[in-house]
Amino acid sequence: MSVARDRARYIGWRLAQAVPTLLLIVTLNFLLVHLAPGNAADVLAGEAGSATPQYMAFLRHEFGLDQPLYVQYLDYLRNVVSLDLGYSFREGMPVRDLIATRLGPTLLLMGTTIVLSIGLGVLFGLLAGTRPNSLRDNVISVFALVSYATPLFWVGLMLIVLFAIELRWLPTSGMVNIAAFYTGWAKAGDIARHLVLPAITLSLFYMALYVRLMRASILEQRGMDYVVTARSKGLTERAITYRHVLRNASLPIVTMAGVQIGNLLGGSVVVETVFGWPGIGLLAYKALFARDLNLLLGVFFVAACLVIVVNIVVDVIYTMLDPRIGLR
Amino acid sequence: MSAFLRRFMRNQAAFAGLLVLLAIVAVAIAGPSLFLHAGPFELAGPPFSPPFGRYPLGTDMLGRNELAGLVYGARTSLLIGLAATLFATLLGVVTGGLAGYYGGALDHALMRVTEMFQTIPSFLFAILVVAILSPSIRTVILAIAIVSWPPMARLVRGEFRSLRNREFVQACIAMGMSDTRVILLHVLPNCVSSIIVTGSLLVATAILTESALSFLGLSDPNVMSWGFMVGAARDFLQRAWWLCAIPGVAILVTVLAINLVGDGLNDALNPRLRH
Repeated sequence: MSVARDRARYIGWRLAQAVPTLLLIVTLNFLLVHLAPGNAADVLAGEAGSATPQYMAFLRHEFGLDQPLYVQYLDYLRNVVSLDLGYSFREGMPVRDLIATRLGPTLLLMGTTIVLSIGLGVLFGLLAGTRPNSLRDNVISVFALVSYATPLFWVGLMLIVLFAIELRWLPTSGMVNIAAFYTGWAKAGDIARHLVLPAITLSLFYMALYVRLMRASILEQRGMDYVVTARSKGLTERAITYRHVLRNASLPIVTMAGVQIGNLLGGSVVVETVFGWPGIGLLAYKALFARDLNLLLGVFFVAACLVIVVNIVVDVIYTMLDPRIGLR
Repeated sequence: MSAFLRRFMRNQAAFAGLLVLLAIVAVAIAGPSLFLHAGPFELAGPPFSPPFGRYPLGTDMLGRNELAGLVYGARTSLLIGLAATLFATLLGVVTGGLAGYYGGALDHALMRVTEMFQTIPSFLFAILVVAILSPSIRTVILAIAIVSWPPMARLVRGEFRSLRNREFVQACIAMGMSDTRVILLHVLPNCVSSIIVTGSLLVATAILTESALSFLGLSDPNVMSWGFMVGAARDFLQRAWWLCAIPGVAILVTVLAINLVGDGLNDALNPRLRH
């Protein structure tokens, strides 16, 4: 029971710690809008010149541009704290609602990517690290090296050319086949088919990262005293690898996975744009294209919140995997 | 120095990476005056000419010479990669150096800020910076530098902290040397190799980030860039997939070469860390 209470206290402490980070993000948003060349209302309305007078008036009012700067800042802060992220006239919806409808697809894509990249990364890293400098290791290492250097958008486009245009195995874009009106399992299957290429694209880079990390970690662990002990008491190499080395070597992967969450969201902007996957990344791209900067600021804020939450989850998982690390 | 060179040359992959990188740099510098007659935005011939015909790599949807785009794009990628890395290194060394050398409350405060910057979704932030300040070479460099300095700061802080307590540094302090002199003449020179290794890998990341930004349309409109070429050709994927493929290969080869050189530098400069 006390473990549960410790865990709750830990999560509360971590949430409190996140407050300055969120404050920094809100401040950065505010500063960027005001540092930009020209009037903040012009910046937010965009350079397309299509902003209506009502929209400009709304923006001036919303950002209180006639007020002193610190009043503007405090007002902005109050709005964000009350989860009022403003209104997107381009999309005709409050920014908060707009983001809420797009969060699901992004979480689905991210979740699949995390499972795929960690699973395959650990597997290939293990295969490479247990037999260093063999043909198997070389093939895996070269593959990881190349994947690590490949731009995500390019992988996505090349996969579309191969699997969607030439072979016609998978759909090119979107999340569902709108014309088909699937329900139930058929709908799930349809979504899964649409998910394959974006998930592979986004996973490839992170898988490469985990393969490299896992391989190095395995090599390091294999020289440890406990491995010598296990070997001298007559355990088979297989048992040593799977029962002892694998568990210890996986810890850096969990840490790295937590660190990479923010980058994963950045990557999903590119991948969602390439595949027309209707998540917050595509929303960010559309906001960019329409110069709807208020919406872009909202996406950035929500993405940062998401990173903080996922990081706390990762840290809790970490304490479960390795009891030596206490909940502080 | 010669021991370092010997160690570096022995690493075949790193040596190959260095050769490829030097070739790219040479083409980027000399290419336009040697074998190009027109700029990357000038129309060279009929649109969609396939590669290996009259134009070595064909022409794009507007009839611009794909090879010219590639050569000028190399200039952009290398320039932005280097400049952003230098800027990020400066930020990281100053922050990490102050935190590591002075410790205490300053260290705590600076590291908290560094951590916060690491939590922020960096690519989204870069998008925001470039979009709001309007895309130009300068804003792209600024955006990439702002999101990539934290790892450098953490590295430098760690090195400074451990060097601070070494005998030779303590001796300098005991002799009454000023902090500036100790840091610039004795501590910093001892971290240069680590900074170079991390910096070389930062260049690769910066080039990838730049290409993703320009793919999304966030690049200087007056400058050709590889990501922009892929992004512009994206709508014609069915008709001419090679227009997307070719600049992507250029990015891949460049980043791979830099990563290989970086790994090689790491092995050669920090022999202790090798397995």
